[in-house]
Amino acid sequence: MMRFLLPAGVFAALALVLFIGVQRAPEKSVIPSALIGQPAPQFELPILGTNDGFNNASLQGQWYLLNVWGTWCPECVNEHQMLLEIARSQVLPMIGLNWKDEDAAAQRWLTQLGDPYDVVAVDRDGRVAIDWGVYGAPETFLINDRGLVEYKHVGAMTLNVWREQFLTRIPRAPPATGGER
Amino acid sequence: MRSRVWPFLLGLCAILAGTLGASTQAWAIDPIEMSDPILQERYRSLTQELRCMQCQNQSIADSPVGLAGDLRREVRELLESGSTDAEIREYMRARYGDFILFRPRFSVQNLWLWLTPVALLLIGVIVAVRIVRQRAAMVANDPSEPGEGAS
Repeated sequence: MMRFLLPAGVFAALALVLFIGVQRAPEKSVIPSALIGQPAPQFELPILGTNDGFNNASLQGQWYLLNVWGTWCPECVNEHQMLLEIARSQVLPMIGLNWKDEDAAAQRWLTQLGDPYDVVAVDRDGRVAIDWGVYGAPETFLINDRGLVEYKHVGAMTLNVWREQFLTRIPRAPPATGGER
Repeated sequence: MRSRVWPFLLGLCAILAGTLGASTQAWAIDPIEMSDPILQERYRSLTQELRCMQCQNQSIADSPVGLAGDLRREVRELLESGSTDAEIREYMRARYGDFILFRPRFSVQNLWLWLTPVALLLIGVIVAVRIVRQRAAMVANDPSEPGEGAS
């Protein structure tokens, strides 16, 4: 009896493990952020096209988005219309983190495609991106009013992601009024 | 016959050695040499145990992509500023999660990862012991089994 039951049991257990693995394969391709629930890393970077600096501590106490992009990033083109729409909805300020890019190319991109950002911070050598655990553009972080990272989406922003993952997390009436739009 | 085999084998070894040499050269993505040979050695081993997050099956030492280069720079600077290996691993883990470590930590979440091989080994030992015992019992119970091997 054992002769039959043991291999059958092992087979069933292995089949179950592999089945779960295959089922979960799509979500496995995205690596969860280590920063969820952690304080958003602080940074001080130049603002694109100006001599001024931007410090994200200035957004303390309000919800905001941090969108990591670059003109070299093909998926960033695909999400741009959605970002413009989000900006139009004025739900919360959107900060752009221009990652390892050329200033001129980034400015041309924003003139041609439209500018959804309240501020674009320039991370030319990619140090701030490392602090945020960025591994591929585009990535969009949601930061809450306590300064903690609430959520991160890897890949192009879509209407579904925005509705299901972001809007559901943001309180209806944001405590602070949005950026200087 | 033998005299013909040896040159062939030697030739094969030469070809293998040649390809090995060529491929180690191809892997030398990172030309940076640190001033201190001890730091250089720590740099080499650390970059080999940190995962390239974009290519995932390569270490940051082996990967030519931009982010891997940035992470190598980070490792180098941390080494130069006097961080320990453990501090550098923790620095990377805090930003990119356990996934960046090729050598996983021993933590509650990772417990199964460490204990499964031990469990499998135990199961194997138990099965082997049972089979050996069963066979021994079979031999002991079988009067026809000859000690002198007449099959």
